[in-house]
Amino acid sequence: MIAVPTLTIEEFGRRLRAREITAEQIIEECLRRIDVDNPRLNAFILVLADQARRQAREADRELSAGRDRGALHGVPISIKDLLDVRGTPTTAASRVREAHEAERDATAIAHLRQAGAIFIGKTNLHEFAFGTTNEDSAFGPARNPHDPARSPGGSSGGSAVSLVAGMALATIGTDTGGSIRIPAAACGAVGFKPTYGEVSTDGVVPLSRALDHVGPLARSVTDAWIVYRALLGDPAPPPLAAVPLRGLRVGVPRAYFCEVLDDEVRARFEETLDALRAAGVSVDETEIPHAKHIAPIYLHIVLADAAAYHATTLESMPERYTAPVRLRLEMGRYVLAEDYVRAQNGREQLRREVNAALAGHDALMLPTLPIPAPPLGADSVKVGPTEEPVRNMMLRLTQLFNLTGHPAIAIPCGRTSDGLPCSLQLVGAHRQTEALLRAALACEAQIG
Amino acid sequence: MTVDQWLQAAIADAERRGLPELKPILETLARATRALRAADFNDDASDGRRSAAVRSRS
Repeated sequence: MIAVPTLTIEEFGRRLRAREITAEQIIEECLRRIDVDNPRLNAFILVLADQARRQAREADRELSAGRDRGALHGVPISIKDLLDVRGTPTTAASRVREAHEAERDATAIAHLRQAGAIFIGKTNLHEFAFGTTNEDSAFGPARNPHDPARSPGGSSGGSAVSLVAGMALATIGTDTGGSIRIPAAACGAVGFKPTYGEVSTDGVVPLSRALDHVGPLARSVTDAWIVYRALLGDPAPPPLAAVPLRGLRVGVPRAYFCEVLDDEVRARFEETLDALRAAGVSVDETEIPHAKHIAPIYLHIVLADAAAYHATTLESMPERYTAPVRLRLEMGRYVLAEDYVRAQNGREQLRREVNAALAGHDALMLPTLPIPAPPLGADSVKVGPTEEPVRNMMLRLTQLFNLTGHPAIAIPCGRTSDGLPCSLQLVGAHRQTEALLRAALACEAQIG
Repeated sequence: MTVDQWLQAAIADAERRGLPELKPILETLARATRALRAADFNDDASDGRRSAAVRSRS
């Protein structure tokens, strides 16, 4: 038996090259887990079993013949069903896309294929990536492996589930307001959003082209680095080296970002900061002066961008959308041009403020999700003394870095008393993505 | 157009289009729009001498 839920790409690669395991064996184990658990967790919209087996046999043949494609050779990866994989439908979890079939791979997918990755299936998501709970999907909700009555987060919820449940060694998601980091946090995985524009979004169904990012969810920071580099077209990256924790300078934006937190999420965050301080990390406070405007700015941009993309199908086939997603898209059609421009101005202001907060710091540090994974069907959750809308809570700590384009990574940092994962978010400077990952690797080693 | 005028027109249009269920989420958007317009990063053709409080009523 292969312990897929804990097997990293790094470890699989070592064992593959030592001839202790084959690509065919790992694929069979992932497919077995899909057979057993997908009916209750609903992670996959499409399982590419035959194709994956063929790819695995070819990967084993290639390795035996001395052709090694790099760190992803023979690695089973699941793909959010928002990215084109040639010869398969890209449903975006919507009946609107019923007739679709991708003629070619998305650029990022083509890079993974070239790197030897094996595509095990297309994963469930919140319809058109327009939501954070994965509840509104033409294929039904994906469910959190830690508690199937709870949301896995979204929109890349099925992706996170497939990873945590051992159905793949890594998965590809998209992130427009937190859609990689939120499900990573809710399910207890590493979720990484690179700097805006680094990974191609060609062949990806857009939500907001101004805010969309493609990136990996993985079991470790090193695995996220390996997949991220492959997405860029680098199949054999150098090993990621951790920075020394002693001397690492971290800024914590407490105002707004730490004001509305579940008690246990707050406790895990503070314990994490204490552990890092004890290891020599310098932690001080910083601020984003216009943080209270993040949500209104984000809302006006994402609504208007999404409405423009969907305007034709909202007229021609409105009944094919799930009702909540259709209504939110319709709402976007009422955003005035002048308010869209105000929001873009606000976005520039926020970008300057995040840059300023990063000055003198190697990274910003904050929780990823202010609450543990919420129950499916909940519109609101109790946070401290107040009842808060789930949607606002899910996006509250992540959407800023889509507006500003800074790279951000979510890493697990303990659990609640109910066993639900908590998550730490690190944010780095534009185009300093490797530096952020090196810092995250050091923190992961300390708090893991 | 003030936010109140916009909201009234948007709700009327949604009802005309057979989407009365849009009303509560348009009201949510209106709250966000008021907050956005009240921000001090907005342009001001009078060269910034109007206060944020004045802008918040526009």
